[in-house]
Amino acid sequence: MSKEYETVIGLEVHVELATKTKIFCGCSTAFGGAPNTHTCPVCTGMPGSLPVLNKQVVEYAMAVGLATNCEITRHCKFDRKNYFYPDNPQNYQISQLYLPICRNGYVEIETGKLSVNEKNAGKTESGEVKRKRVGIHEIHMEEDAGKLIHDEWGDCSLVDYNRSGVPLIEIVSEPDMRSAEEVIAYLEKLRMFVQYLGASDCKLEEGSMRADVNLSVREVGSEKFGTRTEMKNLNSFTSIQHAIAGERERQIDILESGGTVIQETRRWDDTKSESYAMRSKEDAQDYRYFPDPDLIPIDISDEWIEKVKASAPEFRPEKMERYKTEYGIPDYDIELITATKKTADIFEEATKLCGQPKKVSNWLMVETMRLLKEKNMDAEDIVFSPAHLADLINLVDKKVINNNTAKQVFEVMFENDTDPVKYVEENGLKQENDTGAIKGICEQVIADNPASVADYKGGKQKAIGFLVGQVMKQAKGKADPGTVNQLLKELLDQA
Amino acid sequence: MANVISDETIEYVGILSKLKLNEEQKEQAKKDLAQMLDYIDELGEVDTEGVEPMTHIHPEVNCFREDVVTNGDDHEAILKNAPEEKDSAFVVPRTFD
Amino acid sequence: MSDINELSAVALGRKIKEKEVSVKEALDACFAAIDKKDEEVHAYITVDKDAAYKRAEDVQKKIDAGELKSPLAGVPAAIKDNMCTKDLKTTCASKILYNFVPTFTATAVENLENAGSIVLGKTNMDEFAMGSTTETSAFGVTRNPRNTAHVPGGSSGGSAAAVAADECAFALGSDTGGSIRQPAGYCGVVGMKPTYGTVSRYGLVAYGSSLDQIGPLAKSTEDIAVILEAIASHDKKDSTSLDRKDTDFTSALKEDVKGMKIGLPRDYFGDGLDPEVAAAVKKAAEDLKAAGAEVEEFDLKLVKYAIPAYYTIADAEASSNLERFDGIKYGYRTDNFTDLHDLYKKTRSEGFGPEVQRRIMLGSFVLSSGYYDAYYLKALKVKALIKQAFDEAFAKYDFILGPVAPTTAPELGKSLSDPMKMYLGDIYTISVNLAGLPGICLPCGKDKTGLPIGLQLIGDCFKEKTLIQAAYTYEKIRGTV
Ligand SMILES: [Mg+2]
Ligand SMILES: [Zn+2]
Repeated sequence: MSKEYETVIGLEVHVELATKTKIFCGCSTAFGGAPNTHTCPVCTGMPGSLPVLNKQVVEYAMAVGLATNCEITRHCKFDRKNYFYPDNPQNYQISQLYLPICRNGYVEIETGKLSVNEKNAGKTESGEVKRKRVGIHEIHMEEDAGKLIHDEWGDCSLVDYNRSGVPLIEIVSEPDMRSAEEVIAYLEKLRMFVQYLGASDCKLEEGSMRADVNLSVREVGSEKFGTRTEMKNLNSFTSIQHAIAGERERQIDILESGGTVIQETRRWDDTKSESYAMRSKEDAQDYRYFPDPDLIPIDISDEWIEKVKASAPEFRPEKMERYKTEYGIPDYDIELITATKKTADIFEEATKLCGQPKKVSNWLMVETMRLLKEKNMDAEDIVFSPAHLADLINLVDKKVINNNTAKQVFEVMFENDTDPVKYVEENGLKQENDTGAIKGICEQVIADNPASVADYKGGKQKAIGFLVGQVMKQAKGKADPGTVNQLLKELLDQA
Repeated sequence: MANVISDETIEYVGILSKLKLNEEQKEQAKKDLAQMLDYIDELGEVDTEGVEPMTHIHPEVNCFREDVVTNGDDHEAILKNAPEEKDSAFVVPRTFD
Repeated sequence: MSDINELSAVALGRKIKEKEVSVKEALDACFAAIDKKDEEVHAYITVDKDAAYKRAEDVQKKIDAGELKSPLAGVPAAIKDNMCTKDLKTTCASKILYNFVPTFTATAVENLENAGSIVLGKTNMDEFAMGSTTETSAFGVTRNPRNTAHVPGGSSGGSAAAVAADECAFALGSDTGGSIRQPAGYCGVVGMKPTYGTVSRYGLVAYGSSLDQIGPLAKSTEDIAVILEAIASHDKKDSTSLDRKDTDFTSALKEDVKGMKIGLPRDYFGDGLDPEVAAAVKKAAEDLKAAGAEVEEFDLKLVKYAIPAYYTIADAEASSNLERFDGIKYGYRTDNFTDLHDLYKKTRSEGFGPEVQRRIMLGSFVLSSGYYDAYYLKALKVKALIKQAFDEAFAKYDFILGPVAPTTAPELGKSLSDPMKMYLGDIYTISVNLAGLPGICLPCGKDKTGLPIGLQLIGDCFKEKTLIQAAYTYEKIRGTV
């Protein structure tokens, strides 16, 4: 490649709001159920039906806007976006174009930071943390579409309107990002805000958070933006990374071979790791937006904004500050635990129950993070309850089980929130607290391993580790390693 | 007639409107549309400098519902009118999104 | 005594209450009239005798038990076929909805039923309310009962004809650009379009959502007040529905116009107005003056721009409102199609009539990229100025008086050939919709061929009572036409 190119990226992020009902009707937003069982005349576009706005949608949108430093549009309206597609029963989507509820915001992102796993693996910060503002052009409210199910047997597709009318906010960024790393940092930041607000669970895989990537390339130093494409169907951070790399390369190839990039919408195919254009003569992409006459404008007063502000939860910075003073745990722990609201909530709840902040934090930072990574899960997917984590910590504290056993129990608990007390009981995992019996094993081990005993006596303190291991093995792991260590020392020093 | 509607335009309007027109209908539509546009062009005579477009007649704002589930499962009634139905869903020609 | 079906709604309701007439007898009389006349008039698309008689039993019981006291209890009504009626076919006079049976009832109809009124059936109309003659119906034309060689007007032509032919005690219509008032004028009945937002639009199949209003067509102003009082409501299901505290319209049934200031817009009496119509309308103004009102001519601005602004806005909204008719969820679906877009296009081309297609295309065009500002936004600005012009007029006058249409009912088949001419016929009615105002039309004479001439009174927003009082007074002066 002769020239150097810069990637310019903007995102359109759709977030499904956690309301109980749809945006314009009283149908439930609950997942599941047979097709069309959560529908009514409004969300199936029956003639004569009319939309009425769910107030909670406005409040969630405002809350996200305030958290992302947006201006709230005091007089906002809904518009119709007209296009024919069967997942959209009216063949227009009620959205906002001319007067979206939030405008001109930003979020701060940090890149160059080591990931949690890198830190766990012992790497240290390189000192090249970059901070940057990503502008938010607007946030608007709109309705989600239904689902098309491709019928395996017939030569047809089936339309299910259960998701039709589920409220969305679309967060449109400025084209301020330059790399996949920045994109991910931005998405993680957005997700953190939205989750902290309780406005959505923001699961990429399940589609409650969806990111469309607008990408163009230009020669480094150029002021002018290149022609951008819009990439859809990205449902994991990995596919976002791949799609960005792939589209960057595709556009550079076109430019290098003297071609021009066409402004179009492309669909990312994760299995093939490539994208294709979604063009058809019949999709004119001329949405003929106009103000929806069925809905009246929304006026947002100072009082209302203040009310929404006041009901905002404690965000991460305040939370981090409070953890420091209230729990006295290290900064590193605080940063990890507060990375998601879910882990922060578990931390606070479990600590309240067992009174051991550092131990709760350890479980969350080490075993929880390890299992999440291993199982490719989100913190949102955690199922174990804070109460069970507190119980597990208590079991160790009371020496009912040792740490190794606790790790085994935790793995089971992590799977399906098993009650650790019952599990330990039912599986005979209680540790041997009879010092007499352990002492017997220790004496036996000392007798069987004269070489190690000699090493220890010769000043090799470490040799005791081998002996402890042997005792633990014979006790089938049910002894407390601390007790074993102490007993061995006593016996060896006596001899 | 000041406005002339081209073949491409009427083709495009057909796509936007999702209407299939035969040649004769296309010619008629071109004429009708041009005539109406000539007429609408008269609005240009009105000085609307500084006038706010009026989308809503009344000054009313803020009509909301509370976030409470009021609808149950009505899928049988909803599907009753469907030209084609399968597995409690509406049937459409095979589509790839 | 006149036949039961010739009585006004209020008179019939009184007889039912006083047990002089049973609810069943009231139905019998209307259905007899339908059987006798509707083959020729064709006011109805659907008549549901079984359901009506079944409800009549129920209503009669409630009346007898003293549970139903409304003046409309037991009174038979006809409903324009663009209002949803649960379990009763609702077609909008379009092939695309030829078999559509709604799962819910429009709020306005529900309100009527709560008052004890009984739905006889659904009336014919211009397809999707787009037209002024009821000739664009997919199910055949309606004829004017006063002279069946003529149109009844439109788009609520079936409702107006059903009232004029005594095939119901009263009817509901909808008015987007004059669709209640103009057919009322052509058929010699009374029709009123209330202030936008007074009657819920929930269940009314939308044409131009920012302009559509449901209203009554009846035999007298008294009926109009009673019916409007029954159907007006603040409906939580319609975001544009207003919370009005002043819907006790019957309180305005007073014979008094003394001191009322009436404005006659010169533009409404200019070129194109039939001299016979002009004379009858002016005579009505004189009558009101003689009764103590002040009458003054004035210039209502921007009258000629109302039509282009109206068609831009109404058709833009219609193009979007009618997108949902695609052959997937309800109604007509084409037999042969190759793929999804072919299904859409064939279904819609075969399902919609020419006038509807014409308006969808114009509406799509004025909203399309590059034209939105020049056409759609421009029309909304002109609309704002038209509203302003009315505000100025109502600062001076209690109401405006004029004709409802330039001529009396045209002959069948004479209008559709030139759509533009048909559109121009709406000149006196559509600005009322653009400005959201109430308007009433009542007979004020006949032309030399015996066709009714309609008088239109236009009020400021929320001034229905002024209009009702003036119309009521004028009816007393006028006597039987
Ligand atoms: Mg969107
Ligand atoms: Zn619904």
